[in-house]
Amino acid sequence: MSERLEVDVAIVGGGLAGCSSALHLRRRDGAKPAVCLMEKGALGSQASGVNFGGVRQQGRDFAELPLAIRSRSIWSRLPELVGADCEFVASGHIKLARSEADVDELERYAEGAADRGLRLEMIGAGRIRDEYPWLGKNVRGASLAPEDGHANPRLVAPAFGRAARAAGADVREHTRVVEAARDGDRFTVRCAGGLEVSARFLVNAAGAWAGAIAAGFGERVPISTHAPNMLVTEPLPPLVTRSIGVCGGDVYLRQAARGNVVFGGGGEAWCDLALERSRPLTDLSARTIPKAIDIVPRLASALVIRSWSGIEGMMPDHLPVIGFSRTTPNLVHAFGFSGHGFQLGPVIGMIVDELIRDGASKSPLEPFDIGRFAAERRQLASADTNGG
Amino acid sequence: MAEPRIVVVGAGPAGIRAAEVLATHRLPLVLVDEAPKGGGQIYRRAPDAFRRPYAARYGFEADKAQALHDAIDRLAGRIDYRPSTLVWNVFDRHLDTVSDGRTGRIAFDVLVLATGAMDRVLPIPGWTLPGVYTLGGAQIALKSQGCAVGKRVVFAGTGPLLYLVAYQYAKAGASVAAVLDTSPAATKRRALAGLAASSGTLAKGLYYWAWLAARRIAVEEGVTDIGIVGDEAVRAVRYRRDATEKSIPCDAVGMGFGLKSETQLADLAGCEFSFDPPSRQWLPERNADGESSVPGVYVAGDGAGIGGADAAELWGERIGLAVAARCGRAPDAARIAAIDRGLASLARFRAAIDRAFPVPPPETWSDRDATILCRCESIRIGEAKAAVRDFALVEMNRLKAVTRIGMGRCQGRMCGLAAAELLARDTGQPLAAVGRLRGQPPVKPMPIPWTTEA
Repeated sequence: MSERLEVDVAIVGGGLAGCSSALHLRRRDGAKPAVCLMEKGALGSQASGVNFGGVRQQGRDFAELPLAIRSRSIWSRLPELVGADCEFVASGHIKLARSEADVDELERYAEGAADRGLRLEMIGAGRIRDEYPWLGKNVRGASLAPEDGHANPRLVAPAFGRAARAAGADVREHTRVVEAARDGDRFTVRCAGGLEVSARFLVNAAGAWAGAIAAGFGERVPISTHAPNMLVTEPLPPLVTRSIGVCGGDVYLRQAARGNVVFGGGGEAWCDLALERSRPLTDLSARTIPKAIDIVPRLASALVIRSWSGIEGMMPDHLPVIGFSRTTPNLVHAFGFSGHGFQLGPVIGMIVDELIRDGASKSPLEPFDIGRFAAERRQLASADTNGG
Repeated sequence: MAEPRIVVVGAGPAGIRAAEVLATHRLPLVLVDEAPKGGGQIYRRAPDAFRRPYAARYGFEADKAQALHDAIDRLAGRIDYRPSTLVWNVFDRHLDTVSDGRTGRIAFDVLVLATGAMDRVLPIPGWTLPGVYTLGGAQIALKSQGCAVGKRVVFAGTGPLLYLVAYQYAKAGASVAAVLDTSPAATKRRALAGLAASSGTLAKGLYYWAWLAARRIAVEEGVTDIGIVGDEAVRAVRYRRDATEKSIPCDAVGMGFGLKSETQLADLAGCEFSFDPPSRQWLPERNADGESSVPGVYVAGDGAGIGGADAAELWGERIGLAVAARCGRAPDAARIAAIDRGLASLARFRAAIDRAFPVPPPETWSDRDATILCRCESIRIGEAKAAVRDFALVEMNRLKAVTRIGMGRCQGRMCGLAAAELLARDTGQPLAAVGRLRGQPPVKPMPIPWTTEA
C-alpha cells in the first residue's frame, strides 16, 4: 500500500511537543499550512504520557524560565484550546528543603527567579508546621510557586492531537518513520506501510528517538535515554494539597483529584530504545518509597496499585534542543526535554509555529541551539572513525 | 554444574503436580503460593477448624481433591514451599514477592507459572450491587467457609461451573431460585453431540442438570439481557427469553460467563501472547513441553488457557518432566506420550465445551450507558463509548490511558475482557485487533514500605 502526501510541514513524533506543534500551526491566523504528523505508536504513549504530570516553573534552569512562564499561560487556557482541562490544577508547587543547605539553595534560586519574572514565596519551618501539618518532620522549609500545579499526562498529548486533527492536521498514529531525507528544497519522509510525505519543513519532535533523525542530517547529538520510575497509590482522602518536589530531586509527589498519590524519583528505570520498552525497577521503588513516606508520613499505610516507566530523551546538560538545524535549512528540532518537558509542551508548539512562519521565535532559544554540542559531535565523529 | 534455580508459582493442580515430579527427580525447587494452603481454587481447602468431610465439600471430585492435598502435604517438608506468598512482579530472571507485608525476591533460571483462572465477568446492569458474587466466589464461600451467599440465590451466566455451583448450593440446602444460562439448549446439544456419553465429565454435567430439574429448580437456557435489580442490594434478576421479559425475586446472585486465564505474570515475564478465538482472550504461547516464548519460562494449567483441573494436573506433570529433562534427568518417554494423549483427548472435550457455552456477544448483554464497566475506577459504559468516539480510540491500552478503565486496583482483571468486547464492537473491529491490557507491577495492590531483602 503506498500513499503520497504533499504538505507544508511534516512532524515526526506524536508526543506533546509534536501534537502542540501540529495544533499551533493549524491555528495560526491567515493561511494555514498543510500539516502531517507521524507517530510510530499512539499519541503521547512515551515520555509525554507516562511522566509525573508536574506543571512546574519553579526549579527550572533559568534558561528555561521564559519558556516555562509563557507555557504556563497556555495551561490555563486548555479548555478553549483543546476542549478539555486535562485535569490541570493550579495547586501550587512546593519545593522542600530537608537541610539548612537546602534552605540556602531555595533562597538563592528564588532571588534569581524573581529577576526573571517568577515570584516564589519562602515558607519557614514554623509555617510549614502550621499550614502543612501532613508533611514529615524533616522538612525545614519550602519555596512555593503558587501558580504551578499538575495535570494528567495521559490526557494532554491525546487532547492536543485531537484538537490538531479537528483543526485540519493530518495526524497519523501507528505510522513509523523509517527515513527522513532532504530532497532538493523539500524533505521526503518515508514510513513503514508505504506512506511517503513530501514537505517544505520538517519538525523533529521524536523524543528519545530524535537523535537518529538528527543524525540523518549530519547532526549527531549526545542524546541518551531517561526512564522515570513512577508509582501510584490507591485513592486516599484529600491530603497532599500541593504538588511537591525536593532539593536534590530524588522524590516528587502529587495527589490526583481522584485521590491517588502519584510519586516517583530515585534514578533510572529500565528501558530499551530499540525494543521501545521500559519497566520500573523494584530496587528503585523500594528506595523511593521511604523518601516519599518521610515527606508524607500518611503514605506508610497506603497500598501501591501500579508502577510504570516510559522513555524520554536526555541531553548531557539537561536542556532540550529547540530551534533550527545547523546543517539543513527548514529542519526544526524540538526534543531532548530531559525529564521536564511536560510543562513546556504547550509553548513548544507555539515556538515551532513562530520559527516556521517568521524564521525566529519570540522566546530566547540560544541556550537550546543544537550547535552547542559541536565539540562533542566532533568527538562522536572521531570515535566513529576510530571504531572503524 | 550447579542445578538451575527452579521456581513454581501456584499450588493448584498444575503447580502441585509439577513440583511433585521435580521433587521426585531430586531437583531442588521453590513452590510459591498466594493461598495459605495448597489445592488451588478448585480444590480449595477449608480452615483447620472446619471439619466438613471431603465428599460433602468436593462431591464427585473428593478423591481428586484428597489426592492433590495429600501430594502437597507430602511435598511440603521436602521442598522450599512458601504459602501465603504473592508473586507481584517478574523481571530480569527474578520474582518479587510479598508475604505478611514483607517483600522479598526469588531468583530463578526456570520458572513454572501455574497461576490459574478466575470467573469471566460481564458488566450487566446491577453487577456491582452488594449480593452479587462470581460463581467462583459463591463456590468458595460454600467450599471453604461452609456458608451460602444468600437465602435465595439466582445463578446466572454460562459454562459448566454454572450448573455445578447451583447443584452444590441446592445440595447443601440453600434455596436456588433459578439457573439462567445464556447458551441456548440447541447450541449445547450440537456441540456435545459428538462426545462419547462415556466421558466422565460430561456425565457429571448431565447429572447436575438432571438433579436440578428433578427438584423443579428452574433452568432457563438461551436467555439474554440479564439484569440485576435493586437499589441498595439485590432484589431480583430480570432477563429475556424468547422475546418474553421475566423477573425472579432473589437476594443474591452468583454470576460467571466461563473462566479466564490469569496471565499477568506471564505478561510481565515477557512471554509472547496470541489471541485464542474460542475463549476470546489472549493467551501466552507455549510449545508441546509447555515452554513459553521466553526460554526457561513454562506456563501450566488454566493460567495458560482454560482446560480444567484434570488437564491442569497433566500439564503440571508434563512440564515437570520437561524441566527434569532440561536438567539432565532421563525423560520418561512412555509417560510423556501417555500424558500427551490424555491432553489431546481433554483438549477435544474442552473445544466442545467452548462451543457449547460460548461467551455471549455484547449485543445480548443489555449494556446500558449508565452501567459501571470498570468497577475500581467507577467508569461507566457510556463514558467509555464517548471516549472511543472522541479520541478515535482503537486499542485497549489507549482506552485505559484516556478513561482509566483497567487502571485501578484490579488492573482490568475484572473488566478488561468486557471492555475489549465493547471497544471491538463500537469500532467495528475484530476482537483480536483491539489488543490486550499490558500488565504492570504490582499485579495486586501492595502494602508499603517495601524492603528488598532477598
